[in-house]
Amino acid sequence: MSTIATPLPETTAAWKLPYRGKVGMACLIIAESAIFTIFVVAYLYYVGKSLSGPTPGEVLETPIFYTICLLSSSLTIHFAGKLLERGRRGAFLTLWLVTIALGALFLYGTGQEWHRLIYEHGLTISTNLFGTTYYSLVGLHGFHVTAGLIMLSIVLLLGLAGRVGPEQSARVDVLSLYWHFVDAVWVVVFTVVYVLGR
Amino acid sequence: MSSDAIAIQTAEAAGRPWVETLHEWVTTVDHKRLGVLYILYALFFLVIGGIEATIMRIQLMHPHNDFVSPQVFNRMFTMHGTTMIFFVAMPIMFGFANYLVPLMIGARDMAFPRLNAFSFWLTAFGGLLLYFSFLGGSGLYGAGNAPDVGWWAYAPLASRAFSPGHSSDYWTIALLASGFGSIGTAINIIATIISMRCPGMKLSRMPLLAWLNLVMSGMVLLAITPLSAAQLMLLVDRYLGGHFFDTQAGGSATLWMHFFWIFGHPEVYVLIIPCFAFASEIIPVFSRKPIFGYPVMVGATVCIAFVSMSVWAHHMFTIGMNSYANSFFTITTMAVGVPTGIKIFNWLGTMWGGKIQFRTPMLFCIGFLFQFLIAGLTGIMLASSPFDWQLGGSYFVVAHFHYVIVGGILFALFGAFYYWYPKITGRMLHEGLGKLHFWLFLIGFHLTFDLMHIPGLLGMPRRIYTYEPGRGWDTLNFLVTVGAFVQGIATLVFVLNLVISYFKGAKAGNDPWDAWTLEWSVSSPPPDYNFASIPAVSSRRPLWDLKHPEDPDSRYE
Repeated sequence: MSTIATPLPETTAAWKLPYRGKVGMACLIIAESAIFTIFVVAYLYYVGKSLSGPTPGEVLETPIFYTICLLSSSLTIHFAGKLLERGRRGAFLTLWLVTIALGALFLYGTGQEWHRLIYEHGLTISTNLFGTTYYSLVGLHGFHVTAGLIMLSIVLLLGLAGRVGPEQSARVDVLSLYWHFVDAVWVVVFTVVYVLGR
Repeated sequence: MSSDAIAIQTAEAAGRPWVETLHEWVTTVDHKRLGVLYILYALFFLVIGGIEATIMRIQLMHPHNDFVSPQVFNRMFTMHGTTMIFFVAMPIMFGFANYLVPLMIGARDMAFPRLNAFSFWLTAFGGLLLYFSFLGGSGLYGAGNAPDVGWWAYAPLASRAFSPGHSSDYWTIALLASGFGSIGTAINIIATIISMRCPGMKLSRMPLLAWLNLVMSGMVLLAITPLSAAQLMLLVDRYLGGHFFDTQAGGSATLWMHFFWIFGHPEVYVLIIPCFAFASEIIPVFSRKPIFGYPVMVGATVCIAFVSMSVWAHHMFTIGMNSYANSFFTITTMAVGVPTGIKIFNWLGTMWGGKIQFRTPMLFCIGFLFQFLIAGLTGIMLASSPFDWQLGGSYFVVAHFHYVIVGGILFALFGAFYYWYPKITGRMLHEGLGKLHFWLFLIGFHLTFDLMHIPGLLGMPRRIYTYEPGRGWDTLNFLVTVGAFVQGIATLVFVLNLVISYFKGAKAGNDPWDAWTLEWSVSSPPPDYNFASIPAVSSRRPLWDLKHPEDPDSRYE
């Protein structure tokens, strides 16, 4: 039952640790990667195992334009972050808006593709194994794009209200880390669904 | 200083209406309060899960017993497994991690306090949802229907055709919710340990508890998520007519098994690694020696984490994989024994030549060491695939994993309770009741789980609700049930001790065990802000340095 009267020595030397937001987002990305891995494994495992049509070879069309949109949004968000760091708010907001537009365009592309698959080819999530795995994997990615767009839009609204400055730069970087992840996942999904899976 | 803080708190508590206190607890984002909420929540479900186990043991006490119907028995083993893993073991580990990690690394709170609260309430909601299935499983007219597909929910049992109503949906959504809660907390623990350490607390000086919780959280990120993904697929199958696990449409039941055990096996290590952490803090203090082989302990833990990610299919030897897969998973499973053995030897090395004090926390840790070793040995037996073909799905397996979970995890947890209760409440747990709890539980445990191996070897399958007399299982099953009751009584002694000591226990003071890590430098219970000024450390045992300025550890680093 000894009591310690002397407080512990106080901080002296410089002590710098990584920003917690970045660490947290990195962890979330690791966890999300594991979720996507399972869906990708399921997709690859079931390629060609559907008992009935339509098959990917018959109905899928490679969405090159929309892929370019999504991937280039990674560049715009990167430069938007750089501009914010230097305090150029107007340019930041413009590039941020472009990022959102590119992301939304990608979602529109996915919507179009799904519309075509459902109404022209009669492929739904319950049609066959291809439908189940395709809509789940692409849908899971689309869900992440949607979530990202909502968060980007919140930043846009706050930015329009003049609340986003260079001091928020670190936080904005955390969000762009997420957006880069969503784009990187699309590279994998694209390869699996439109290249390997056909 | 500590007694002042306590006096102020009690005076405040006495003058306030209970609604306000309740409101404070519900809306809290303080890591210590959330830690306590996690622990209390888990203890509540421990009692429920224990009652379910007792119901099963009463049913199996003698042949042709009709204490419960086969349907109820199925629900009991499903709910018992699910509850104990997801709503007892996981939250209690997170509770201790929440409470101790910031205190041990000299931080004032977790990295994301609100995420912390959100994660807890998600987990809590998951538990309620699971138990709501008793009412809502098939609507009130169905007179209650809990999940009954086993805690693995193998396909096609969990499909619409074989599990009508909503009981499996409650199971799925409860696990999804609590899984997201676990991921949130794991992210929080990692960010706290990476970004919130006090000055001088290099990774190489961090208490082993923090290190091991870092590894555990990393595993949660990679292990819980496959389960969440598989649950999403199951929901797609059940609600949207998908075919992931539908063999009629070319789907695969085996894929579910893989996904489940990719979660299921690392999960065991997610639960045992925090227990390694408790042992690594308690054994040195009661041996009066610093931990033996600190860097090797860290290395072995990381090694266990890596290897345990590639052993999952040893749960699936009996489904008939090819010989390459069988050999691979046999070898990797046996390989886990190497780093685990290193850790056991390091704990023994810590005790070797120490002035061992046999206080209750230490007793539980010694029990943990001994029983975990035996559990590991039966694990090595089952890792050998031909042996597993013989005994997979028998009571031998049940005995093996309960040896790990009760003999290993629960014993270390009890040790942690006796060790940190004084810090959390400011009062010591009663030593006499503690020793009674230890010996009763030890006897009950060995009576139940040592003997349970034998009916398994004699061919008794798991998950059967009754059996024929005259197969040599009768007496053994009766004794196993008696052991379960002894454990139940021991647990009552523990709960009694928790309650009595909270009001009547001896005052603990800051540092009742003469320990060396930072949490013992603050008052018991610690103030809201933990540290009035953020400490700086220059060795692995900051309090040793403080108490022995003439011979600090930092001199030898």
